[in-house]
Amino acid sequence: MKFRGKIIDVACLNHFSRVITTISKLTKTCVMRLTPDNLFFVLSGKVTNGGVSMWCELHQANFFDEFQMEGVSSEFNEICLEVTPENLSRALKTVQNAKSVKVKLTKKHCPCLTVAAELPSLSSNSRVVTHDVPVEVVPRSLWHEFKEPSMPDFDVSIYLPPLKTMKNVVDRMKNLSNFLVMEANLSGEMNLKIETDLVSVTTHFKDLGNPSWGKTSGPIRLPVPQINPNVVEVTRMTPHVSTGDAASQDGGASQSRDPEAMAEVRVDIRKLQQFLVGQQVNPSKAMCNIVHQSVVHLILLHDDVSLQYFIPAVA
Amino acid sequence: MQCVVTGGNVKVLAKAIHSLSRIGDELYVEPCFSLCVNQSVQTVFRSVATLEKTVEKCHIELDEAKDRLTFTLHCKHGLLKTHNLSYQDSESLQAVFDKDSYANVFRAHPRLLVDTVVHFPLSVEEVTVTVSDERMWVRNHVEDEAERSRAMLTELCLASDEFDHFAVKAHHSITFCLKELRGLLAFAESTGLLLSMYLDEPGSPVVLSVTDSVLEGNFVLATLSDDHNLCKNNNKGPDAEQPPPPDDFMNDDIDSYLIAMDTSVAPGPSAANPPTTSLAAARETPSDRHRIRRHSEEEEDGDRLPNKKFRSIFFGSVLPPSPQTSMQPVPTQEVLASNSEDETEAD
Repeated sequence: MKFRGKIIDVACLNHFSRVITTISKLTKTCVMRLTPDNLFFVLSGKVTNGGVSMWCELHQANFFDEFQMEGVSSEFNEICLEVTPENLSRALKTVQNAKSVKVKLTKKHCPCLTVAAELPSLSSNSRVVTHDVPVEVVPRSLWHEFKEPSMPDFDVSIYLPPLKTMKNVVDRMKNLSNFLVMEANLSGEMNLKIETDLVSVTTHFKDLGNPSWGKTSGPIRLPVPQINPNVVEVTRMTPHVSTGDAASQDGGASQSRDPEAMAEVRVDIRKLQQFLVGQQVNPSKAMCNIVHQSVVHLILLHDDVSLQYFIPAVA
Repeated sequence: MQCVVTGGNVKVLAKAIHSLSRIGDELYVEPCFSLCVNQSVQTVFRSVATLEKTVEKCHIELDEAKDRLTFTLHCKHGLLKTHNLSYQDSESLQAVFDKDSYANVFRAHPRLLVDTVVHFPLSVEEVTVTVSDERMWVRNHVEDEAERSRAMLTELCLASDEFDHFAVKAHHSITFCLKELRGLLAFAESTGLLLSMYLDEPGSPVVLSVTDSVLEGNFVLATLSDDHNLCKNNNKGPDAEQPPPPDDFMNDDIDSYLIAMDTSVAPGPSAANPPTTSLAAARETPSDRHRIRRHSEEEEDGDRLPNKKFRSIFFGSVLPPSPQTSMQPVPTQEVLASNSEDETEAD
């Protein structure tokens, strides 16, 4: 297994660092999957993290000027590592002014992701700083746990209100209750509700818009970046803004769904808060799919990064 | 004892005190004999920015009869702030070191080291500095083996031409506290002076100093002694003293190692050859380690101070000592607040 990537552009470095920082706020450890074209950060839903799962996808070409990898074998040309994203985040934070940053898989006292930066200096030689971040190689037998998630068979899909607003609301609600009900309908309405013995508080959002998706099957794909016009883009689904007309949402049950009917999920409020706290940049698209009393599926799309976060319902 | 600090020097004194407060809890003041003052002195100089704007003069006076050290800040508009602090007499701590006999001397603007330590997370406690003829490496020191597989290891390499002066006679590798280094660097940087670093073998303290015509500050930091260093360095190979090979940044394809492991079997890093020596087996708790840490030249005085972590700063006037200056106020200065016996009159 070999991996070596190099970032030269300062904006790319900054963006990459911010993605890693966001991931580090969402989870303490996760799996990093490297393929020739992509980087994925995956958290599989386990009891230990309260059933929350995460899938973050980056096109390496949007960040790295050089990217070489050799996977486990030619048949399985992929590398799977368990990492602590906070270490990576710390390593990247201090080298924002570097002339170049290399990230590579090395073997020091244990397998490591080494971040090596060439810093400006007063002398003829550059100053070099290296950070060795210990990682664990995930064996192929466990790869199935870190597959791309499929689009759930949702009841309602809706665009999220501005994340900052949502965060402010959730922050205050967290002081009153441990659980929050998130509900939305196909008329672009969403409510965040908490209820205790003494008080119930609801925040209403209107006119959010409901995305319409194509036929649901299989994983969600990001549009491939337009670097090679000869490559045919395979876009399984691209949400379009709809006027909230239920009929425009294809796929099963929603066709006959009452546009006013709310689909709801009761979640642990800290998990929703954790998701909102980590967001550093406003996404170009932010939406959520709700499977009634089952799971909230949050999707954030930036130009070159997509993030999906699943929060399960609590009883 | 009475002394007066005027103008911009008040700021320097304040910064020195802030720097020292990051190192220890007690301050030893030595005019002609030694006293120990607790950290309440920091509140006297709390806000450096305010001091700079408002304080014209600082009058320091010792009242032995009442065990009182009085700081009087003469501020603008005739405002007088008086702080009465208690102190204890204590034994004089003398650092026994001779930096001029040290094998390795470096001099640079403090900014160089500030830019180096910024790469280490605040949680890092100790750093190891290794020197060779042309380079200095600074890396974080990881204490125990279990930590090693989890902790991020950071290393920075500085070339000799980044320093104003770089003279190495012996290739040494020393380990000392980062927290104290950060504190003293903040002070050194504020003085605008060049920082000199005197480095010798492990166990000998490392001395960092700033000097100009009116002030000489020596920061003396204890270093881990040789047997500890050996234990921690042995992952670099049999020659523990050898500094790590230079990271040739341009040629790094060589070090993308093939991690040869059977990935169809249960996970686990391949044989990493965890370094073990008989010394590693004698694992000590951090507090034990601090007690063992010793200044080799201090061994003669060891009976007096067996358990003290040895760190201190000496401020001395470089003016020739005069029998008069220490006992009497400078004749041209007006004493604005007399040494009043009556507490109710104190302002």
